[in-house]
Amino acid sequence: MAYSDKVIDHYENPRNVGSFDKNDPSVATGMVGAPACGDVMKLQLKVSDTGVIEDAKFKTYGCGSAIASSSLVTEWVKGKSLDEASSIKNTDIAQELALPPVKIHCSILAEDAIKAAIEDYKAKRK
Amino acid sequence: MKLPIYLDYSATTPVDPRVAEKMMQCLTPDGVFGNPASRSHRFGWQAEELVDIARGQIADLLNADPREIVFTSGATESNNLAIKGAARFYQKKGKHIITVKTEHKAVLDTCRELERQGFEVTYLDVKEDGLIDLDVFKSALREDTVLVSVMHVNNEIGVIQDIKTIGELCRANKTVFHVDGAQSAGKVDIDMTELKVDLMSFSAHKIYGPKGIGALYVRRKPRIRLEAQMHGGGHERGFRSGTLPTHQIVGMGEAFRIAKEEMQSENERVMALRNKLLAGVQKLDEVYINGDLEQRVAGNLNVSFNFVEGESLIMALKDMAVSSGSACTSASLEPSYVLRALGRNDELAHSSIRFSIGRFTTEEEIDYVISVIQDAIEKLREMSPLWEMFKDGVDLSKVDWVHH
Repeated sequence: MAYSDKVIDHYENPRNVGSFDKNDPSVATGMVGAPACGDVMKLQLKVSDTGVIEDAKFKTYGCGSAIASSSLVTEWVKGKSLDEASSIKNTDIAQELALPPVKIHCSILAEDAIKAAIEDYKAKRK
Repeated sequence: MKLPIYLDYSATTPVDPRVAEKMMQCLTPDGVFGNPASRSHRFGWQAEELVDIARGQIADLLNADPREIVFTSGATESNNLAIKGAARFYQKKGKHIITVKTEHKAVLDTCRELERQGFEVTYLDVKEDGLIDLDVFKSALREDTVLVSVMHVNNEIGVIQDIKTIGELCRANKTVFHVDGAQSAGKVDIDMTELKVDLMSFSAHKIYGPKGIGALYVRRKPRIRLEAQMHGGGHERGFRSGTLPTHQIVGMGEAFRIAKEEMQSENERVMALRNKLLAGVQKLDEVYINGDLEQRVAGNLNVSFNFVEGESLIMALKDMAVSSGSACTSASLEPSYVLRALGRNDELAHSSIRFSIGRFTTEEEIDYVISVIQDAIEKLREMSPLWEMFKDGVDLSKVDWVHH
């Protein structure tokens, strides 16, 4: 299967690979997917006191499209408020990376990862 | 060294230049283009002679009688003809069939079709090493078992089934025994005077012959009969009608001749390359070899790199042609059914790569492949949350995953 240039670029030069300390109160962690399905994404956001995402990191087990989707998302969320980040849609990701229909689930997973991270942050703040 | 490197010889092989040369002599007006069935002129006689020579070369590799070779379009057709043909012809004797879960789809889907027609099929499990447990096989054999179909060499993991013993058990039970030999011809010794195999499928393109031609071995003593699946001019003694493609058959014959001549030295060379590749990947942690390493053809290495997803690995290995057990690309998200049958969990099945080495693989290529794999695995594991959790001592089987 042919990958788009953007997928290949993100795969070969993934942005923001890594981890933050998940116990840090300013860190939000979202992990979605399952090994049995062939993809697991971990997205971490470093959130300022004012609710702005200052930094983001990811680790992904999955195909090139899954890696590219999560890499792209770390770029997009930086500088956004949590509300703004939660409005990122899978269709935006799929369009940006020109994902074929069989890879749409990768973009859905990336959207889910953002939502899971934000929920984690809210739970931590309670 | 030319990139990409071809390491998918189990999928298909290039035609050996010696084979292509022979084939080209059977196409043009100056060549032997006649219809082998034409009895009234020289063109037909010459073509028939070349077909006879090829039939002999194929029989030679198998230590069989040339009259036991029936040409088909390939191993899929041979499997269909053997299984449907024998099951239907002998159905009055019983309607039970035994096959194995790790068979090729050409066998499994044919058996499914027979189930729809009222046959009962037992799909045997295999052991963790991919081999059939002979005791399990024995207890599956019944009085009404009319046909057994077992592949000689598995296409994904390269393991060699004990068709000698299975053949003895079938013969004692008066059960017709079919073997899918698509992956074994030219790689494993096959002696039809020793084996109690009644029907055996072959393909040319797996051993440096052309695509689109194969053969079915049909035993004469004791005589095995089949219900034809293709009707027409009564070619191939009525087993398979259709004009014989002289150039294809000549190519298959030459490929089998070369295989007989060079199999031993080629196996030694390929085995040395395989072992080098094996040693290279085993330098990495959490690497699992799929299928028994001893009962295995020389050219196959099927490895799971734990915590790395197969398709992303294939992307990293873009300069080499390999095959992945992960079917993520086919939207089904189902990993290889063969690896699942070995009891491999989904993660390991998803992270498997099949390397198949062949006649034109060089040591330089294997050295290159090893270094690329080592770098790729390191990079992808650095990116893998599963690897991170594993390193932190998390038991991944106990994690409550969010399935989607």
